[in-house]
Amino acid sequence: MDRILMVDYSKCTGCRLCEVVCSVKKNGAANPARARIAVVKWESVCVDTPMLCQQCQSAPCVAVCPVKAMTRDEGLGRVKVNDDLCIGCRFCVAVCPFGAVSLDHVSRRIIKCDLCDGDPTCVKFCETKALQYVDATAANTSKRREAAERLPELIRGFVAKPKTSSHLS
Amino acid sequence: MKEQRIAYIDLSTREISKAPIPERIRKTYLGGRGIDAYLLYNHISPGIDPLGSENVLVVSAGLLGGTLAPSSGRCNVGAKSPLTNLLGSTNMGGFFAPELRFAGFDHLAIKGKAEKPVYLWIHDGDIEIRDATHLWGKDTTETPAIIRKEHQDEDIKVASIGVAGENLVRFANIMTGLKNAAGRTGMGCVMGSKNLKAIAVRGTRDLPIAYPEEALDYVAKIIQMIRDNFFLKVWSTLGTPSCHSDANNLGRLRYRNLQRNQDPAGENLYAENLQKFTFGMAGCFGCPIHCRHRYVVPEGSDKGSYMEGPDWSTMGGLGPELDISRMESVLVGNQLSSKYGLDSLEFGGIVSWAIELYEKGIIDDRITEGLKLEWGNEKVMYEMMRQIAMREGLGNILAEGPLRAIEKLGEESRYYNVHVKGMSWLHTDDRATPAMALGVATSTRGADHMRSRPGTDSLMGSQEARDKLFGFAVPPDFTCYEGAGKLVRYYELMYAVPDALGMCKFQTLFMSPSTLNYEDYSRLVRHVTGLDISASEMYEAVERIYTLERMFNIREGATRKDDYPPERLMTEPTPATGIHSFQRKVINREKYEQQLDEYYEAHGWDEKGVPKPETLARLGLDKEPSHLL
Ligand code: SF4
Ligand code: SF4
Ligand code: SF4
Repeated sequence: MDRILMVDYSKCTGCRLCEVVCSVKKNGAANPARARIAVVKWESVCVDTPMLCQQCQSAPCVAVCPVKAMTRDEGLGRVKVNDDLCIGCRFCVAVCPFGAVSLDHVSRRIIKCDLCDGDPTCVKFCETKALQYVDATAANTSKRREAAERLPELIRGFVAKPKTSSHLS
Repeated sequence: MKEQRIAYIDLSTREISKAPIPERIRKTYLGGRGIDAYLLYNHISPGIDPLGSENVLVVSAGLLGGTLAPSSGRCNVGAKSPLTNLLGSTNMGGFFAPELRFAGFDHLAIKGKAEKPVYLWIHDGDIEIRDATHLWGKDTTETPAIIRKEHQDEDIKVASIGVAGENLVRFANIMTGLKNAAGRTGMGCVMGSKNLKAIAVRGTRDLPIAYPEEALDYVAKIIQMIRDNFFLKVWSTLGTPSCHSDANNLGRLRYRNLQRNQDPAGENLYAENLQKFTFGMAGCFGCPIHCRHRYVVPEGSDKGSYMEGPDWSTMGGLGPELDISRMESVLVGNQLSSKYGLDSLEFGGIVSWAIELYEKGIIDDRITEGLKLEWGNEKVMYEMMRQIAMREGLGNILAEGPLRAIEKLGEESRYYNVHVKGMSWLHTDDRATPAMALGVATSTRGADHMRSRPGTDSLMGSQEARDKLFGFAVPPDFTCYEGAGKLVRYYELMYAVPDALGMCKFQTLFMSPSTLNYEDYSRLVRHVTGLDISASEMYEAVERIYTLERMFNIREGATRKDDYPPERLMTEPTPATGIHSFQRKVINREKYEQQLDEYYEAHGWDEKGVPKPETLARLGLDKEPSHLL
C-alpha cells in the first residue's frame, strides 16, 4: 500500500530539526537552505508551517518538464528527478504550487523530497510527530491533497489576523 | 570546521576584520561561553567603564551551534557588565546563533561606539554597518519586522534591544524572536551604549558535518533517549513553569521580596492554568523538548495579548515577588518586558524591593511622585516597567540596578535589597537550601542559578546511585551543608558544557540524570565536527572556562566577600510556612564558611577564592592574557 509523508501543522513546534537532518542526510552538511523540507516561520505571530513535496498525483512539475526528467514513481508514490536528464531549466520550480522543488545553490541541481527512498529521515527526528510516514488509502490521500492545496490561502488569512482568539480554536 | 571564523567590528572606526579560529583554541575553550570568556579576558582592560567605547561585546554561537546536535540554537553574549562591573555573560535560545553560523561567522567581537544608531547586517560572509536612526525608539518586535521588510526576507534573524537598552537601563536585555532573551547582566545596555540597535543575520552557507551517518545515528539515539525520558512530558507540555507548584508547596518562593515563602493565591499561576491560554508549544533550533508556551489572552480587558513564554523565572519575577497572582497580568507583563527589552528577573527583584521600602516607609510619595507602590497591583507593575524603560521618576533610580539604587535610596534600604555582586537574587527563597544558595552566591555572573543549580536531580535515585553518578558523596537532602561545595562545582562545570557547545541545559542533568554526560558530548563533538576532544579534555576545558571567568572578576576587584548570600538570608529566618524542614531556616554563617572553603578547594582556588598557581599552570591559564585570537 502507498505510504505518504503527512504533516500535522498543529503539532509543529517550529524547531527546524527536520530541515537540518534532511540537509545532513542529503548533503553531509547542516544547511536549511539546502534541505528538501522548509519550515516556513512567521516568528512574530507564532506560526510554523513545514512545507515539502506533496508527491502530487497529477504533478505540475512532471507535466511541465520538457525533457521528462521529472517522473512519477508509483512504487514509492513519489515524484523523482533524474539528474542525468535534468537540464536545470527550473520550470518545475516555477509551477510547483508549494515551492517544494528548488535549485540547490551549491550542487546546482534541482532538489526535492524523494522520501529518502522510503525511509524518511525527517520523520525519524520529529519529536512531536508533526511529520508522519503513514499508510494512506486513496480516499484520504486525495482529501489531504485537497486540504493541502488550500493551505497557502488559509495561512495567509491566518497571518493577516494574528491577534484574534482564533489561535485557540 | 574549516569555515569557523570570528569577526572583529569596531563601530568607532567602522573597521571590520575577520580571522579563523585556530584548532587549539577550540580544544581549550570549545566555543560559545568558553570563547566568550577568553575574548573578554583578552580584549578588555581591567577597570574600564562598561558603558564606554572600550567595552567589548562578544556574541558567540557554540561549537555545535546550528548543527544537528539537539537544541543547538543557543547564543552566548558577554561584555563587562554595567550592572555588576564584573563579568557580563548571558545566554539566549531561538534561531539567531545558527543563522549567524549559516552566515559564515561563529563569533563577533564588537568594539567602539557608533556616532549614530546603527545595526549590523551580516549576510553570507559579509558584514555591513547600517543606519538605524529609523529603528531607534522601536520595540523588540517592531525592529525585526522593519528590518525584514527592508531586506524583503522573512527569514532574517534579528537580535535587538528595546527602549530600555537605548536608555541605558543597566539590566536591559537583548531579545531575539518573541521569547528569547539574553537577559541577565545588562548586555542590552552595553548594546545601547554603543548605539547598536540590532544585529541582523541571514545565511545559506554549509556547516559541513564530519561524519554525517554516525552523527545522524547518534543524534537519533539521543532523541529517542529524550523521548523515553519521563521528564520530557513535563517540560514539553508545562515548560519550566511546572516548577512553580512544587516551589510554592515546599515554601521556596520569594514572595513579597522574601517576606514570605509561599503565595496564598499561588495556584492561579500554576502551569496547568497557563495551559488555558496556550495554543501550542515552541521549540528553539533543533530542539526536541519544546518547552516554551505560545499564548494568547482570549477575552477580558487583556484580550488579544499574545507572546511566547513566560518561563518560570519571569513568572516568579512578575508574579509572587510582586504578589501578583492573576495569570493574565503576568502574561501582559511578560509581553511588556519583552518589548521594552528588560530583564524580567532583575525587574521583579528590584521592584519588589522598592515596594517593600514603600511599605516600610523607607521611601515615600516624594520619591515615587505620588505612585502608590502596592503589592499585588498589576498597574504598578506596568507603570514601573514603563518608568524604568523610559528612565522616568523612581524608574530612573531603579534602572541603575541594586548597587547604585541603594546608594540613592539610603543606608536603611540596603538590608532589604537581596542581591549578590549587584545582581538581584532570583525568584526563589534559598534559605533552607544551602547548596542552592552557595551556587547562586558564587556564580561568576552575580546572583544566578544558571551557572549551578544543584537541585532535585541530585536527590533522585538511591544514595548509592547518586554517589556513583557524581563521583563523590553527595548530600543526602536539600538542607545539607556538607558536600555542597563539591556539588556546586560539579554543576558549574557540567552546565558550562552546553553553554560552550551552544546547546541547551535541558541536554544535561538539568533535565534529568539520564541525559548526556561528558563521554556523550565528546562523541557528539567528534561525529559532528571531527574534532577529537576526549571526555577528560572536555572536563578540563570547562574547568578552564570557569576559572577564567573567575579570574576576570578577580581582576576587576572581586574577592571572597562577594561570594556570600545577602545579609537577609543569613539573619532573618524563613516564616513557619511550607514543609517542616524549610521552616525557620537561615543560612548558617559558620557552616556557610565551611561550605565556601570546600567549594574553593574543589576548584583548586585558595582560601581567598583566588586560583592557585598550580591550578593555573595545570589549566594552561598561567600565560593569559595571551591574545592568540
Ligand atoms: S521537526 Fe517536526 S516539530 Fe520540528 S520543525 Fe520539523 S515538523 Fe516541526
Ligand atoms: S514538486 Fe511540487 S508539483 Fe511536483 S510533485 Fe512535489 S509538490 Fe507536486
Ligand atoms: S523524506 Fe527525506 S528528502 Fe524528504 S524532506 Fe524528509 S529527510 Fe528530506
